[in-house]
Amino acid sequence: MITDIVIVVAAALLIGVYVSWRAGRIDRLHARVDMARAALDVTLLRRGSVALELATSGLLDPATSLLLAGAVHGARSGDLPRDLAESDLTRALRAAFSQPGFRSSLSGKDGADELLADVEAASHQVYLARKFYNDVVAATRDARRRPLARVLRLSGHAKAPEFFEMDDSLIAEKSSASLGR
Amino acid sequence: MRIGIVCPYSWDVPGGVQQHVRDLAEALIDEGHHVSVISPADDDTPLPPYVVGAGRAVPVPYNGSVARLSFGFLSASRVRRWIRDGGFDVLHVHEPEIPSLSLLACWVASGPIVATVHTAIPRSRILLVTYPVVRTGMEKINGRIAVSEAARTTLVEHIGGDAVVIPNGVATRRYRKADPLPGWPGAGGAIGFLGRLDEPRKGLSVLLKAFEILGPERPGLRLLIAGPSGDAADVLNRVPADLRSRVVLLGQISEEDKVRVLHSVDVFCSPNTGGESFGIVTAEAMAAGLPIVASDIDAFRQVLRGGQAGELFVTGDPADLARAAGRLLDDAALRSRLSAAALAAVADYDWSVVARDVFSVYETVVLGSTQAAVTAPGNGYP
Repeated sequence: MITDIVIVVAAALLIGVYVSWRAGRIDRLHARVDMARAALDVTLLRRGSVALELATSGLLDPATSLLLAGAVHGARSGDLPRDLAESDLTRALRAAFSQPGFRSSLSGKDGADELLADVEAASHQVYLARKFYNDVVAATRDARRRPLARVLRLSGHAKAPEFFEMDDSLIAEKSSASLGR
Repeated sequence: MRIGIVCPYSWDVPGGVQQHVRDLAEALIDEGHHVSVISPADDDTPLPPYVVGAGRAVPVPYNGSVARLSFGFLSASRVRRWIRDGGFDVLHVHEPEIPSLSLLACWVASGPIVATVHTAIPRSRILLVTYPVVRTGMEKINGRIAVSEAARTTLVEHIGGDAVVIPNGVATRRYRKADPLPGWPGAGGAIGFLGRLDEPRKGLSVLLKAFEILGPERPGLRLLIAGPSGDAADVLNRVPADLRSRVVLLGQISEEDKVRVLHSVDVFCSPNTGGESFGIVTAEAMAAGLPIVASDIDAFRQVLRGGQAGELFVTGDPADLARAAGRLLDDAALRSRLSAAALAAVADYDWSVVARDVFSVYETVVLGSTQAAVTAPGNGYP
């Protein structure tokens, strides 16, 4: 009799610990999503400000300057959904960078090489941060979808995180297919 | 006078600015001026003799939509070469606030410059940010033209400075003659409508209601409707079933077909309920020599000379439209009188008249300039 009670209590305890571990894992995943999202935001903002720096540097012709400044403004203004606006900035940057002779026309000018390298580095960081973010989003969505998590509502009120899809390649060759050109 | 005109958008894509530049250039050439236009264009696009291609335009997102623009140092040096070869007395740039050839032309050029603003969108913040890169170019502009009062207002409020308003012209010659579509207008007569089907202010529903009155009285009468956007089935559903076969919808049509449509009907209807500042479509129908029946909004009252050059009906009133259209359909003599009156009235809006107004802006700017001709100094940075 006593042993039965002990076994039942122990089993309940074990199940409780397991369920709480699963809930904790989902909670930790959501926290990681938040962190990854914050990191992605920072890289997007950084890319925007470097692009603006390039636009206002006086190194470019005014049309390219205006194009870039307009795209940065669009990415920040919230008129378009964020993913679309940031993709537009990518396309504007790519259009600028893929002009024939773009680099050679700038090289040798004060600070030009540095600034171009900054834009490229910031763009690459966006690419990395987005990859990491989508990775943890996928893991979180997967964890939430498990039967136990669904039945016991282990994710509580937290909304399922969304993937962040955007065009983030600065190099025309890679993405030419996706633009349909 | 030697005139250089800069078009910022790709010549091979249809658009209002391109059309404006083409009509203006041709009207100025007719007046005996030497005109050269530079425009982005695909290499294999056939260009009129007065157009110089500035290379392929790149599709880029700008201001919420994708436009085909020319930018960068290569484009700038092409513009510079064109200015040097052209020896222009005046440079006329269109839409200098768009990141394309016009802005580049302002950047590399020195001398008398006129700019035309077609759609002034408040972009002052972007312009502020890119100051002085962009402003140095814009500040070289000696005279500004806006194509509408709305464009001028936005320009004054957001960009500063002032502009003279010179509206678009109508290339009346282009509408004068065309072959009707096969089988039109037909013995029972036909009424035409051009415009967006889903824009209530274009007033298509007023015309459809009027057709419910006219249709049963006149068994052969048909409606010919052409315009972009909107669901054809949805339009037909608004017509009683027994009249549906007599309502023909063409959807979006080319410029050439538009002229043919105008020559395929006996009466043209402009049932707009408001929102027109000029009524370009109505003016084009007048240029085709069509008798017009139009709502009596200010814009139409003005272009139709208070009713002398076309029948006016009470805005938004299908019964009155049916009465006015019926009168025209029944009276061939009245139709031909109104046709002649419409042709005479629309001549005031012809490009030749508009081009003369533009030319007087050129003259003013040249008079005020210290420089005799447009030059493009420097070869890398201005």
